[in-house]
This record gives sequence, C-alpha cells and structure tokens, in this order.
Amino acid sequence: MSKESVTRIAAGQIPVRRRSSARIAVVGNPNSGKSTLFNRLTGMRQKTGNYPGVTVEKNVGVARIGNTEIGLIDLPGMYALSTHSLEERIAADVILGRLSDAERPVGILAVIDATHLYQGLYLVQQLLELDLPVMVALSMTDAAMAKGIRIDADALQRRLGGIAVCPIVATTGQGLDALRTALQALAESPRPSLPNFWDELSAASESLAGELPATVPRFEVERALIDVGSDLAGDIAALLGPNGHTRLTEIRAQLFGSEPPLAREARHRYSWVREVMDDVQTAVPTVSSVGSRFAHFLNQPVPGTIGLFVVMAVVFQAVFAWATPLMDVIDNSTTLMSGFIANNLPAGALSSFITDGVIAGVGSVIVFLPQILILFLFIIVLEDSGYLARAAYLMDRTMRSVGLSGQSIIPMISSFACAVPGIMATRVIPNRRDRIATILAAPFMTCSARLPVYALLIAAFVPNEKVGILNLQGVVLFGLYMLGIVAGLMTALLLRKTALQGPKPTFALMLPEFRRPNFQTVMVQLLGRAKIFLRRAGTVIFAVAVVVWALAYFPRSAEIQANLSQQQSMAANRLSGDELEIAFVQFENDAAALQLEQSFLGRAGKVIEPVFRPLGWDWKISSAVIASFPAREVVVAVLGTVYAVGDEADEATLSERLKLARHADGSPVFTLPMVIGLLIFYACCLQCAATIVVIKRETNSWRWPIFAWVYMTGLGYFGALLAYQWGQTL
Amino acid sequence: MTLASLQRGRKYVIDDVNAADPDVQRLMVLGLVEGAEVELASAAIGGDPLEFRMFGNAISLRREQAQHFAVSPAEQGE
Repeated sequence: MSKESVTRIAAGQIPVRRRSSARIAVVGNPNSGKSTLFNRLTGMRQKTGNYPGVTVEKNVGVARIGNTEIGLIDLPGMYALSTHSLEERIAADVILGRLSDAERPVGILAVIDATHLYQGLYLVQQLLELDLPVMVALSMTDAAMAKGIRIDADALQRRLGGIAVCPIVATTGQGLDALRTALQALAESPRPSLPNFWDELSAASESLAGELPATVPRFEVERALIDVGSDLAGDIAALLGPNGHTRLTEIRAQLFGSEPPLAREARHRYSWVREVMDDVQTAVPTVSSVGSRFAHFLNQPVPGTIGLFVVMAVVFQAVFAWATPLMDVIDNSTTLMSGFIANNLPAGALSSFITDGVIAGVGSVIVFLPQILILFLFIIVLEDSGYLARAAYLMDRTMRSVGLSGQSIIPMISSFACAVPGIMATRVIPNRRDRIATILAAPFMTCSARLPVYALLIAAFVPNEKVGILNLQGVVLFGLYMLGIVAGLMTALLLRKTALQGPKPTFALMLPEFRRPNFQTVMVQLLGRAKIFLRRAGTVIFAVAVVVWALAYFPRSAEIQANLSQQQSMAANRLSGDELEIAFVQFENDAAALQLEQSFLGRAGKVIEPVFRPLGWDWKISSAVIASFPAREVVVAVLGTVYAVGDEADEATLSERLKLARHADGSPVFTLPMVIGLLIFYACCLQCAATIVVIKRETNSWRWPIFAWVYMTGLGYFGALLAYQWGQTL
Repeated sequence: MTLASLQRGRKYVIDDVNAADPDVQRLMVLGLVEGAEVELASAAIGGDPLEFRMFGNAISLRREQAQHFAVSPAEQGE
C-alpha cells in the first residue's frame, strides 16, 4: 500500500480515505483461526457493517505496524473460489474485485490451519493464480505440534513459489511480529508473476484472453472455464460475442472431455496438495488429545444426542432465567424514568408522548437486550467451539423426515431468541429451496417477543395447579413451544411437497474439532451483535411504538377531559387521603379508556371487531392485536392502555383487569377457549416487521414475506377460531 | 466397496469418484477425490449420516452420497 493512503488526521488516527482502509484481504477456510488473527492484528480498530444489498457481515479494520497503518478486510470463511453459499460468493467477489463497493484488495493474507493443511492448500493454490501478492499465515502451529504434526515452513515457502510463510499461534501472539513485518512488505510489493500450476488451463485461458478486452485478467477466464453457469462465465461469454457460450463449451470439451470441469479442478489441485503435504509435513495426525477423546465420546450416537439435549436445556434455562434479573433492572429504570417525567411535566400530549411513546417504546426494545445477548453468547460460544456443526450432524436424520437437512437446525436454534438472526443464519444452507423452507419455518419458533404475551395470558387464565408432578402453567408453556416447533416443521414439509419440490437435500458438513472459544473473538462478535440489535431493531420498534401511541392518543375529546375534571372536583369535595387518591386514579383510568375508545385506534378496532368476533374477541383485544402486527410484544402494552391501567401498572394488575373484562351481555371476555385461541394466534402469527423485512432481504423478493404473512396469519386465525368454537361446545 | 461401507479403525483410499452429480463435485472441492485417505470416525443414531476423517479434517455426509465414492483398503504401515 502506498503512503498517500495512510494519511492520518490527528484526532482518532483514522485514515482519511476510508476506501483505502480495506486493502489487504484476510482469506481462509472456516475455523482456520482467521478471525482470531484479524482481531489480534486490528484490536478494537475495526468496524462491522454489511455488504451492499445483502446482510453478510463486513468486517474491516486497521493494523498498525510501526508508523504505517494497513487496512484489513476479514472475509467470510471459504473453501474455494468456486462457491456455493452466499457468504463464500461474497468473499470470492471481494477478492476478484467484482463488488463495486469494495475496491479490489492489493494483497491477500491467506490463513491456513496447520492441522488442516489439506483444504487450506487447495484454496491457497487458487489464490496464487490471481494476480495479487499473497502471503501465508500458518495458524494453530501449537495444536499441530500437540498432534505430532511438524510443518517445515521453509519447505512450504519453496513449494509456494517463495512467498512469505509465517507460522503463528494467534491465541498467544507467538510469531505475530514476523507476520506484521511480512504484511508490511506485502502491502508494498508489486504484482507477482503468475505461477503455472495448470499448464493446459493457463494456455487455453491466455489464448482466449487475446480475444477479450485487455482489462479482463487471465484468472477470470480460468474461473469462467471452470465454473459452468456462474455470473463470471456469463460475463465472459457476453464479451466473446454472440457465440460466446458455444466457444466456452468447445474449449471446455477440448480441455476436460466429458469430465465436469469442477471435478477436474478438484482432482488436479488436490494431487498437487498431497505432493506438497508429503514434502512439508513430517508426521500424520493422530487422535490422542483430551479434546479429541472428548470429541470422540460425544461423536458416539447416543452420548452425542443426549449431550445435545442437555446443552439445549442449559441454553433455554440461561435465556429465560438468567436474563430475568437484568431485564427487571431495565424495566424498573424505564418505569422510574417515565414516573419522573410524568411527575415533572404537565400532563398532556408531550408528557404522554415521552412516557408512553418514547420511553415505553425504547424500553420495550432494550428490555430484550439481556435475553438476546445471553442467547447470542451461547450461540457464538457453541459455534466457536465447533459444537453447532455437530448438532447439525446429529439431527440430520430427524430433519430429513420433514424434507430438510441437519443444516437447518442451526437457524432454528437461533430463532428461539429471535427469528431475525435465525433467518440470517440460513445462509449456510447451499440449496435455495431448502433455505427458503427453513426461512419460512424459523418464524414459528417461539421467539423472545412471544414470551411476555404467553406469560401474561398463562398467569392470568391457566389455573396454577398440578397435573401429576407437572405444573399446568408450565405444561401449557411447553405445549406452546412444541406447537411452534411442530408448526414450523410441518410448514417446511408442506412447502417441500408443493411449492419447493425438488431433489432431497444433501448433507455435507465439515465438522470442526472442539476447541476452547477465544475470549476476544467472542466478545468482539457479541458487541457487534449488541450494536446491530440496538440500531436496527431499535429503529423499527421505536417507530412502531410512536405510531401506535399517536393512533391511540389522537384525537383527544375535550368533552371527556371536561367530564374528568368535573368528577375529580366532585370527589375532592367528598373524599380525602388515600380514598381520594384511589378515586382520582380510577377516574383517570376510566377517562383514558373512553379517550382510547374514540381514538383512531379505538375506531379502527370497532371497524375490525366483526372480523375477530368469531374468535370471541371484543374491540379492545382486536385493536391491541392489530396494533401488535408490527411487533407482537406491543400487545401487552396496548392491552394495558386499553384496559385503562396505564403503562406504569404491573402485569398482575393487568391480568386482574383482563379477568374482569365483560362483553356487552355481561359474559366474561376471557374464557379459557378464547384464551387458548389467542395463544394459538400468537404462536402462529407473523407479527414482526423486522422478520418480514429480513425475509425480503434474504429471499430477494416480496413474494416470500407476503406468502409467510398471509399463511401464518391465516393459520393463527383458523387455529384460534377452531379452539374457541370447539371450546364453546364443551 | 464404497465410502458407505467402511469398517471403523481401518484406513481406506478413494479409488474412483462418480462426479456427474454437482453435489458430488462440491464434495470433491472439499477434498474427497481419488487418492485421498479416509477413515470412518462415527455414525449418528440410526447409522446415518456418517462422519469421516481425511487428512486431519472431519467431514460428515449421508450414506446416499457416500455411495458415489469407491474405496479400497489402504496399505498398512503408512
């Protein structure tokens, strides 16, 4: 990298030209220790964003080496440049300079895990054929030594055409100084001369490149010849003219005969890889360490499967029990804040906007942060330790019975916290049909936003009694979780039998070895998650809360306010002390209910009421349900307002009010069949704007989010209808 | 014999890959090619999918896919 690109501004020492800060790409297989090295080199001088148009995370950072700063970009893990998953494709696009946003890197830092030379060298050979300077970081050399593998770095350097090879232990920092020096040299080194690992392909590509614009490099022609049907092949064919595709097919036939090009590439490169390994590696890996014995034990079918259920039980325990104290702290502080505002501002629109709109809105977001972070902590640790891949392996057979594969397990586990990261985690699924089926199953998993709704309704209406050794309320909650799982899996099965018909999904997964997660890596990821969560979900739910507040607050009836003042002054003449206070609160709550009834939300509720009458709902529940379509947990707050308790009141009071709610004819609104129906409605319904948006982004069309919304809402409605109507006949 | 019928604790070498299927080609990119040395590490409940070791890497696949790979026992003492 040249000097002008590292000009600094005095404060903060951030490179002035942002683009130039992402100049050397850090590339490697998944689990190669790539991110640990990236974090080691950049420390906290990094930022996380997204690639344009997709939600793949983009991590860029700055490594400070002596007086120079070198921009690094940490690419998603990949096995090869011919890629199948979205994340691998993004990585390849950055390296090949096909992403308009990211400038092509000036060099590549390839990370190879010393215990997994085999696949690492395959990628490195591909990287060496691009016209970029490459250096190699040989990571986990300590683990390799423990396994009895000695790698001769000098011999490896010779085999790789003399490029820098730096053995390191990223977790302890051993070898990093030499690596930094080499990195600095790499940034300044010129384009390398192209090696010839594959003479026939290079010759064919060079002659074909003669017919193309000079800007098309040889490696692009090579990749176009190998990756049949890729975007790159299409581009090259177009540049070759009207017969471009025929030309490519002819050349492929000459080069490879009837053999699939990708198969030839794999055979060709791996024979070189084995040669190099024989040359540089002096012992064969042996299974002996404590870690691998533990892994060996957990790999046995029965202990492995039992272990998986134990792990999941601990995760749920943590998410739902450990988060509670933190959530209470946040809840109490928002309540204190709105209390403070309410006491210090004159009552009216401004006070209501701040307490009911802004604070309740932001609070309802932040209150989920502890749960989400604890769940993410577990997911990141499980992932970083290599366990999630094993869960996918163990559950593959079960998932196969609904037409999916073990790879769908990871997104579904994530969806128990929140469907948004869950849906994003479907990217590991290479097949589009399997991926979409998983995306549509994920929102059925009981997410953390459903929990407050369940908790409120179950505590109020399900008797707290024992059924055998089990508590009935617990049984109902468990039943709702099972309902979500079964509905999700059945949905996937239905889709695979109809709209998403296709060959049975295959299942091929690299199983990383168990290892202790790196603290820094985990923390960096967790903080990144916290920021993304607060920024994204915060803006969506915040906006929703403000809109709902406005609809529920306006228009104000002056008549109701006048009535309230009159009632209060009459009461003030009659009563005093506590009694007066209780009466005041009572009047205020009643006035609030009347105001709500004639508000936009209340009017809308009355219009929509006939639709929900067959489910046994009155206009208040109907309007609360409508208000919670953008974010389901909003229903608790709206019900609170609707039932004139106000936002400061706790849920116990709300549940008392719900029990007392009556239809016009005096019959109770919340009967058990109606409550069961309402719970089923919330278990099924897609009441989450963030999920809809993420489904749109991940499937790249509005078709699937619209389908998911209609399907899930329909399922919720008919489920609730069935429960209520059938319950009425009992 | 194929990759789907390995005995635990023995080493095998892949002799021939039926590469017509794109999913098989993907597995070849991951290293399951002729000449690769493999052993069976474990099986999930019900005997499927299978986990293989290959030059220090662990990879899991279903029996159905494993049948695309013909193997023979490796010469001992390697």
